[in-house]
Amino acid sequence: MPFDPFVLARIQFAANISFHILFPTLSIGLCWILLYFRTRFTLSGDKDWEYAYFFWVKIFALTFALGVVSGITMSFQFGTNWPGFMERAGNIAGPLLGYEVLTAFFLEASFLGIMLFGKDRVSNRVHLLAATLVAVGTTFSAFWILSLNSWMQTPTGYTMNEGVMMVQDWWAIIFNPSFPYRFAHMLVASLLTSAFFVAGISAWRVRDRLDGPATRKVLRTGILMAAVLAPLQIFLGDLHGLNTLEHQPAKLAAIEGIWETHSGVGLTLFGFPDEEERTTHMKVEIPKAASVILTHSLNGEIQGLNEFEGEHPPVAIVFWSFRIMVGVGMLMLLVAWYAAWQWWQRREENPLLLTLLSLMTYSGWVAVLAGWYVTEIGRQPWIVYGVLTSQEVVAEHGSGMLLSTLIAYLLLYGFLLVSYLMTLRYLASKPARSLLTLQQKAQEAQTTLGSLHTPQEGL
Amino acid sequence: MADWLPLFFLGIMGLALLVYIILDGYDLGIGILLSRAEEDEKDQMIASIGPFWDANETWIVLGVGVLLIAFPAAYGLVLTELYLPATLMLMGLILRGVSFDFRAKAKTQYKQRWNRLFALGSLLAATSQGWMLGAYVVGLEHSAVGMAFSAGIAVTLPALYIMLGCGWLIMKADGSLYEKAIAGARWTVLPMGIGIFLLSIATPIVSEVIAAKWFTLPAAIGLLPIPISTSLAYAAIVWVLWQRRILDAGFGWLVFVCLIVICLMSALGLAYSIYPDIVINRMTIWDTASSPESLRFTFYGVALTVPMILVYTVFIYRIFSGKATKLSYE
Repeated sequence: MPFDPFVLARIQFAANISFHILFPTLSIGLCWILLYFRTRFTLSGDKDWEYAYFFWVKIFALTFALGVVSGITMSFQFGTNWPGFMERAGNIAGPLLGYEVLTAFFLEASFLGIMLFGKDRVSNRVHLLAATLVAVGTTFSAFWILSLNSWMQTPTGYTMNEGVMMVQDWWAIIFNPSFPYRFAHMLVASLLTSAFFVAGISAWRVRDRLDGPATRKVLRTGILMAAVLAPLQIFLGDLHGLNTLEHQPAKLAAIEGIWETHSGVGLTLFGFPDEEERTTHMKVEIPKAASVILTHSLNGEIQGLNEFEGEHPPVAIVFWSFRIMVGVGMLMLLVAWYAAWQWWQRREENPLLLTLLSLMTYSGWVAVLAGWYVTEIGRQPWIVYGVLTSQEVVAEHGSGMLLSTLIAYLLLYGFLLVSYLMTLRYLASKPARSLLTLQQKAQEAQTTLGSLHTPQEGL
Repeated sequence: MADWLPLFFLGIMGLALLVYIILDGYDLGIGILLSRAEEDEKDQMIASIGPFWDANETWIVLGVGVLLIAFPAAYGLVLTELYLPATLMLMGLILRGVSFDFRAKAKTQYKQRWNRLFALGSLLAATSQGWMLGAYVVGLEHSAVGMAFSAGIAVTLPALYIMLGCGWLIMKADGSLYEKAIAGARWTVLPMGIGIFLLSIATPIVSEVIAAKWFTLPAAIGLLPIPISTSLAYAAIVWVLWQRRILDAGFGWLVFVCLIVICLMSALGLAYSIYPDIVINRMTIWDTASSPESLRFTFYGVALTVPMILVYTVFIYRIFSGKATKLSYE
């Protein structure tokens, strides 16, 4: 079974898309944060904000580059791994991807150059404009790709003609039933992930006294963003769940681990779903809670997995991914509110909080990956829900070829991820040059950091 | 309306891939050359492509994207057949793209390693692209002759990219790097010329369909401008490269412009050879075109955005025009 070409093609695509999603998630949020820094600097002239901008724009550039290269890989893998998808659904998927390239990719990639290297070449106004266009570009990109992804989950606005999907109504395709929820949930996920990322690295720098007052401002920005966005995200996630119940009942049943259709369904907090015996072992549940949450009635009926036998997703992985996502989400809410409360008390620099925040630096990534596994694995066995199965569209490559390229991709991605994390750690631990000059001015003789580190700014 | 839409998209695809070859060609060429430069020269080389490479690479996404949008069945067939070289190219582009950023940000002790990966990635991407182009021209057939032809393009395309890279550096670099760019171009120009010449002869030999298109009488005369202008542009490059006075007087851009002419003429020749097929001997553009509603919807987007993209691309090249100074984030 592990050498089934279909399974290999799926693992390969899943590996690519999992690696890819990490970087756009950060860069979409980061570029709005950067725009905020740039705007604060423009309005106030406060050099701290400009310093924050130039510190974070380097990290943004690195993150963006990883997103671009893994994204290009995806645009090819649709064809190398799933040629049937484009043959059957190309009339719909093609234009949506095309609009992403035309309205987003060029905009981001072109104006990024000014954001990074434009300081001596353009006025502050043009610089601000470039930052705005990059932020808008990344958001457009999310708009189109999530529109396509949502359409694959809840397809509307098409007709079938000899097995090929034809466009009937573009409006219905782009704004398909799950799109508004998924788009909002993903954008907020992106901002929240970035908020924790920015707060985490800043907390690290504040704790180790590597940076001046600018970093404290960044830390506060991250904390406040997270405190507002974490509850909003939980609210949006709930709406998204109700939408899934309506349009993809099999996915929802897998999320909740519900086997038999019945009313007054309990909310399973924990357990081990077993597809062979079609039951959940060691179940811990709150009576009737699932019915209350999903149908707003104590005795609401929810369809179980047995209604969809043979056509529902693998249960355990969807079930567990969902619990990881929700668990991390709740943890983020707790930490964000604790941090906001400490900030309110003017105690945001207490060592416990700083340590907690720096441990949470990548928490958004975990939640986002788990969330995508829920939604994408939850769509199986379909590639276009209820219309086209993944099995029907896979390319006919030998398993040897797929296995060797899969191993190569995994090695490459592993290497890049480790390099990315190590580089961030290095950038985060490097004392600021501004701090050094400040200190040197203040106390020429007793330099504490300057003697230990030779600051070397990047290019 | 439906009749001309596939043609329109064919044109856009051709344009995108041509722009890609020229723009990403010069930065991949510089990537390949990186291993032969001194430390400070490397920084200058990277600085000369820093603000541009990201957008340059986007043109291949547009080219492949249009293939996907307008001719989905061809997209599936071509990428399935070219699975291995496409995968190698992607890995090359990944290594190249990330090394660019890592080399400036990682610990100084790792900088050399990223430089090497940058060069390796560029070479891998360029070679794989050449192989893919060759396999495409012979109609994706796995014959021995077809393989030999693909191998020929797999070495010629990197040579063209190196020439473009040298041409770019002649415009953007100064000091020792400027000298090296001229020397590099002088070394590469002959192998590149031989490569293009042999491939032009080989193309009609490996494909009877193409031979029939070129060597029937009225067409053969009408097509003469293609080889003639290619030869003239080539002669001009050789002449300029050995005239230091012209180069030093600030006319180094002539080399790059003449290379653009060669790329353009090769693209026209290739387009004429293949049209109206999208995959030679297998499917025509009319067989595989998407439904008219899909093409029309995308047409509006292309008509609106491609001119804008061209305008802001020019705008950005103007902002970063002139000799490249060391890049600085601050």
